[in-house]
Amino acid sequence: MNDKKWIITGLVIFVMIVIFPFLPNFGKAVPVPEPELTPEAKAAGTCVLPKAEMKAGHMKILDLWRDSVVRKGKRTYVNDSGKEFNMSLSSGEKSCIGCHSNKAEFCDRCHDYASVRPYCWDCHNEPKEKKL
Amino acid sequence: MKNSRRNFLKIAGISALGFGVEPVFDAFAVSEGQEEIRRNKNALTGKRWGMVVDTRKIHSSHDLEPMIEACHSIHNVPKIPNENHEIKWIWEEEFEHVFPNKGNEYLDERNKQLPFIVLCNHCENPPCVRVCPTKATFKREDGIVMMDFHRCIGCRFCMAGCPYGSRSFNFRDPRDFLSNDETDPLFPTRMKGVVEKCNFCAERLAVGKMPACVEASHGILAFGDLNDSDSNVRKLLKSNYTIRRKQSLGTGPSVYYIV
Ligand code: HEC
Ligand code: HEC
Ligand code: HEC
Repeated sequence: MNDKKWIITGLVIFVMIVIFPFLPNFGKAVPVPEPELTPEAKAAGTCVLPKAEMKAGHMKILDLWRDSVVRKGKRTYVNDSGKEFNMSLSSGEKSCIGCHSNKAEFCDRCHDYASVRPYCWDCHNEPKEKKL
Repeated sequence: MKNSRRNFLKIAGISALGFGVEPVFDAFAVSEGQEEIRRNKNALTGKRWGMVVDTRKIHSSHDLEPMIEACHSIHNVPKIPNENHEIKWIWEEEFEHVFPNKGNEYLDERNKQLPFIVLCNHCENPPCVRVCPTKATFKREDGIVMMDFHRCIGCRFCMAGCPYGSRSFNFRDPRDFLSNDETDPLFPTRMKGVVEKCNFCAERLAVGKMPACVEASHGILAFGDLNDSDSNVRKLLKSNYTIRRKQSLGTGPSVYYIV
């Protein structure tokens, strides 16, 4: 009995099928997107918290903000350096979207990369997109 | 070191001391930064917000439309043609539906044909809050019965609990009925599957403004603190005979009607 030929062909086909999905991206690492800042954000210079804390913890701030606004009626946030913010995701100046009005290039680009899909925008209004 | 009862007690004592001073350290840690969450400086505050509707000033639907329009446009309440899917925060109703237990067989002509304005009563003892399983609807310290849309699971117990029909369920996605330029960007829309109702314009009170319907009412509506005996609403209640909706149920409505 000599089925070596068939076994090898079978193995090659099997391996091809397994690695097929990875081929198109082979050798091309997707670059980590660099969130773009709007002129408004650049002028402000800093976010609510230092950049590293924002990057890792912005969803916690949003959670704190919505509870405090909706349930306690408190809508002003003062950070460590005394800067005031309007505790709102999507409305008005000094809200998240007030500074990051380029939602598509800022929030979405990073979320797409990280495969996160916040459902907030089912209700909260997206900013009228401005091209940078 | 030899373990002895004496040593054990010493260590326990020192540890207890450590726990004792911890709050002091915490206080220092907080006072270092000045992170703070507070009300806006110009926010209107009260102990129990309430409303008085002067129905003597109403002549026809024409007087009520501006209030309904003002409310529904700033809160992105869609106009859905199918009555079963309708969303209402404030609307017009006839006497026998507003005050079903006060309907005499022979009602005076004026009240019989008069359109009344109705909205959430922001009850003192709200049945909707008692039945909500997620505390999505709750009573704030200033008496406003609020919806926290982030917690609403759409079970509709609150709608069954409310004796006034003040709540609407989103059977449809409201955005299908709001064009882009109709949508007020400053207030979130809602989504399919949540219950909504009037919020006494909590978002406007927070920035020092009166509720939108009151501003548009040409004096038909008065809004103020029922807890403050010098407030405009209490003065109106002192000098006029008023009734409330289904008062005998014990919900304690905060909306009064001068008839
Ligand atoms: C006053 C304007 C302003 C407001 C309001 C603001 N941001 Fe920022 N945000 C900035 C600036 C400026 C940066 C860049 C900070 C830096 O580079 O040090 C930034 C950075 C960030 C980052 C990190 C981006 C990165 O490069 O990794 C995130 C995430 C973020 N913001 C989210 C938010 C969220 C969420 C809110 C609302 C809770 C918010 N921001 C409100 C101005 C603002
Ligand atoms: C630097 C990349 C980055 C930027 C910029 C960014 N996000 Fe995020 N965001 C993330 C990541 C990663 C997560 C998921 C974290 C997790 O699940 O632990 C997340 C989660 C969230 C969540 C929670 C989602 C959920 O389903 O729990 C919200 C809300 C959110 N982001 C809002 C925003 C908003 C609004 C902006 C723009 C102002 C923004 N983010 C900008 C990376 C980013
Ligand atoms: C079912 C609709 C709905 C969804 C979904 C929703 N929100 Fe909201 N949200 C609202 C409404 C309505 C308010 C009240 C606005 C007010 O009183 O000004 C609000 C208020 C807030 C506020 C404070 C005030 C403001 O203007 O932003 C924050 C912060 C917030 N939401 C964050 C979030 C985040 C983060 C998500 C997603 C993880 C989310 N919301 C999803 C409806 C929604």
